[in-house]
Amino acid sequence: MGMLKDLSRRRVLRGMLNGGAVTVALPLLNCFLNDNGTALASGAPIPQRFGTWAWGLGCTRSIFVPKKTGPDFDLPEELVALAPVKKYVNLITNTNAYRDNYQNFCHYTGWVIARTGMAPKDRNVFPGETIDVTVANQIGRSTRFKSLTVTATSDVRDTYSYENSTTRNAPEWSPLQLYTRIFGPDFTDPNADTFTPDPRIMSRKSVLSGVMDQTTSLQRRLGAEDRRRLDQYFTGLRHLEKQFQQRLEKPEPIEACVRPNELKVDPAMGKEEAATAFRHRMMTDLMVMAIACDQTRVFNMAYSQAAASTIKPGYEKPHHTTTHEEPIDPKLGYQPTASWFIRRSMESWAYFVEAFTKVKEGDGTLLDNVLIYATTDHGFARLHTLDHVPLFTAGRAGGRVKTGYHIDAKGASVSRVGYTALRLMGVDVPSWGTNSNMTDSVFGEILV
Amino acid sequence: MARHSRTCRAGVTALLATFVLGACSGAKEPETTGSAPHLRLITTEQYANTLSYLFGPSISVDVKFPPMQRTAGLLSNGAGIAGVTASQLEQFQRAAAGVALQVVDPAHRDYVIPCDPVDASKSDNACATKFVTETGRLLQRRALTDEEIKFYVEQADAVADRLKDFYAGIGMVLEAMLISPEMLFIVEAPDPEWKDPENPKRQRLDAYSLASRLSFFLWNAAPDDEILQAAESGELYTKKGRARVVDMMLESPRLEKGVRAFFDDMFGFDEFDSLSKDSTVYPFFSGQTAADAREQTLRTVVDHLITKNLDYRDLFTTRSTFMSPTLAPLYQIATTPGWEPYEFPADSPRQGLLTQVSFLAAHAHPGRSSPTLRGKALRELMLCQVVPPPPTNVSFDLIDNPNENYPTQRDRVNAHLENPACAGCHKITDPTGLALESFDGGGRYRVAENGHPIDTSGDLDGTAFSDVVGLGKAMRDNPGVPRCLVNRLYSYGTGSALPPAERPLLEYFTERFEKEDYKLKDLLRTIALSDAFTAMAAVEDAAPQETTPADQVTANLDH
Repeated sequence: MGMLKDLSRRRVLRGMLNGGAVTVALPLLNCFLNDNGTALASGAPIPQRFGTWAWGLGCTRSIFVPKKTGPDFDLPEELVALAPVKKYVNLITNTNAYRDNYQNFCHYTGWVIARTGMAPKDRNVFPGETIDVTVANQIGRSTRFKSLTVTATSDVRDTYSYENSTTRNAPEWSPLQLYTRIFGPDFTDPNADTFTPDPRIMSRKSVLSGVMDQTTSLQRRLGAEDRRRLDQYFTGLRHLEKQFQQRLEKPEPIEACVRPNELKVDPAMGKEEAATAFRHRMMTDLMVMAIACDQTRVFNMAYSQAAASTIKPGYEKPHHTTTHEEPIDPKLGYQPTASWFIRRSMESWAYFVEAFTKVKEGDGTLLDNVLIYATTDHGFARLHTLDHVPLFTAGRAGGRVKTGYHIDAKGASVSRVGYTALRLMGVDVPSWGTNSNMTDSVFGEILV
Repeated sequence: MARHSRTCRAGVTALLATFVLGACSGAKEPETTGSAPHLRLITTEQYANTLSYLFGPSISVDVKFPPMQRTAGLLSNGAGIAGVTASQLEQFQRAAAGVALQVVDPAHRDYVIPCDPVDASKSDNACATKFVTETGRLLQRRALTDEEIKFYVEQADAVADRLKDFYAGIGMVLEAMLISPEMLFIVEAPDPEWKDPENPKRQRLDAYSLASRLSFFLWNAAPDDEILQAAESGELYTKKGRARVVDMMLESPRLEKGVRAFFDDMFGFDEFDSLSKDSTVYPFFSGQTAADAREQTLRTVVDHLITKNLDYRDLFTTRSTFMSPTLAPLYQIATTPGWEPYEFPADSPRQGLLTQVSFLAAHAHPGRSSPTLRGKALRELMLCQVVPPPPTNVSFDLIDNPNENYPTQRDRVNAHLENPACAGCHKITDPTGLALESFDGGGRYRVAENGHPIDTSGDLDGTAFSDVVGLGKAMRDNPGVPRCLVNRLYSYGTGSALPPAERPLLEYFTERFEKEDYKLKDLLRTIALSDAFTAMAAVEDAAPQETTPADQVTANLDH
């Protein structure tokens, strides 16, 4: 037992990141906090964060939707994986993604409405910025990364985040690259004993500032759309300049922040469910630590893409094709393999939520100061339905949300969940969405 | 229910209309309105090729920028609308810093930087000026203004003196130039000096923009010093001068990378970046197999079209290819030590691009072949048609699978024909896709499925065949095949889809292609020297970029 005494906080956390599911009570270093544990020692309040999580292909309603609503809801068989995290999540069922007069673009319309409040008119033109971008504009400007977008699918094309109608936020798809981006050489450890600003960064910043000051004759020669693209580019440059500036200043110590052990190789990149879930776990752990270290306050994680191509080894079709072609088992009353995929998705969702509870922050955990919004593309994927679409929230948003509820939305638009999230994150807009998805009401039952 | 079949039929009329237009157009190039001025975001390959030609192949440019969004059949069209996010710029910055660090390191600086400082521990204005002027011109694809040179040199000097290192100053300004807007965005702007006397709305590309357009079209890299000189001297605007430059480019070894980039885009090979197969079903198919399958087809294309200068249509029947140690077992032939040329025997079912693993495996499920995916890819990638998506609320009960009544894929997909909502479009995809059933989802040859012999007969737009070799011949003789290549190539070169009003131009290029025996190099030359290639529409200030309607479906359903 003597060895246990030698476990420093840092080693405990490192062990957690590597091993995953060990829950350890960490010794709280009170010097980091104010007296009541709601703010950091520096006096700055604990930041609020917002994230999204996504899975493809909806659910099997008969074995997914709990019988009971309100707190203490039951967990039907497709949701059993949520048992350890039920108290941290809200499940909202019986919503609609209203496509208005536009076509139902399969595996697209549903999630696009959930993330923009707007039905897409066209598969190639995205309606506008996604909810994470709206929130990042509100709370993400001061951190090193305005947001972090990650996919466990190993495909760089799979993203649910759009900066505007033509610009996607490309995801990090490789755990190694994600590690390097966050915790590689450019990471400044807030808890390091010493801090020496790199003179090269200072030079870099001053050259960059010069580039921005240069007037360019280019603008005058371009059409309106290209001028907008160039403006966006300059916004990015300013963010880069700010990143350099941050690296010149000693950061405030952050108790929960522990740089994970260096990652040297990527795991397998296949589409098999086990490989996907493994990457999801690795990237979740990195993401959670990036948030704990206040490198970002907005994050997106995709477990699977909308028309998910996850594979069950030995079964000839990927998840999406399975939803269409697998017969409904007459005894069970549902498609067993399609349901197998959804059960695996829910396991990863549970892992994601639980990972936030493993980092202590203030007198609670990181999850207390986070709001996560989880969406999918359809209600019943086999028929591409846009009613009975399930959604989740997780986390308590700084104590402003009650969790552990199942809400029957009674046919309300999915955008109502999004609007509730926006209000909780301090985005002060009178309504969200357009046409049938426009809403100005929130789910009051989960507000504190 | 019948809406989809109507959608598919509508295209037939459009096809006839274009034939009539085509017949009317003579040998003279039709007038065009020209493309709108725009910015194209540089791709990973364009960035890497440019820096490798500029600083030498030992500079590693190990980056992968996010892919463009496929628009009207091509990723390259997406470059004209893609914006740069903060996180992407961060990636560009990291790439730039990595390259700059290598350029100024002692192993490279002597032959990459055109002069030596008098004293390496401080600034050297003359040497910095030389570096900035020469390198800046090649990176931004135009001569820098005096003001720009002054700015960069001042920065280089200041950093050199602060850090007591001349090369640190050079590295820092190189980094800045590498993320400057005119490095990352390829500018296509009109020539302010020129007006078309007959049509004031028409403009032409300015000389530097034209140099870039030509160079990215043919080399997938920025223009070199010679092309920039031709732009600066006005030579590029003369008929003879442009022909000289284009011929030089067509003879350059850099053409190969240009041609590869185009076909990689047209054939949708970005799919291979994430293609994976179920290893329990196809144990022979690894990540290396996918990479080699892509490489095999690109090698075949380059050899056929550039090295041997052969008829494009013959790519659909050729038995010549290249084989790698990873691919050989999949093709059930003896292993080769490295990449080797290979010729399939005359009686082999492997004839033409459609029978290569790249096409067969990319358009199949992870654990199963798919006549529908293959038929759809053939229509969309090789014939530039659009197959409508399936109806959203159709019941799949008929094709529930596994189903013992349907031992083969043909039995399964035939079930679609019983439902009129499905039949319209499956008639377009399946008769060709079923011929490819001779190959499983991993691309391996087979004659039976679940113990039942595979029937590979079918037809393509009225041409019947009994097997995959017949399908290849039908493709070779299908007029849509060269026409699609012309369409994609022009769109690739000019950065946006050809609007429907420009169909006569497409017909003109297709006729020229036919007269030149379907030789790719001649077609590249024709397009690069055409008036249309430099034509530009006046800047419409508030107009967002026009989105082109989907290509018409030209499949004939009445065969």
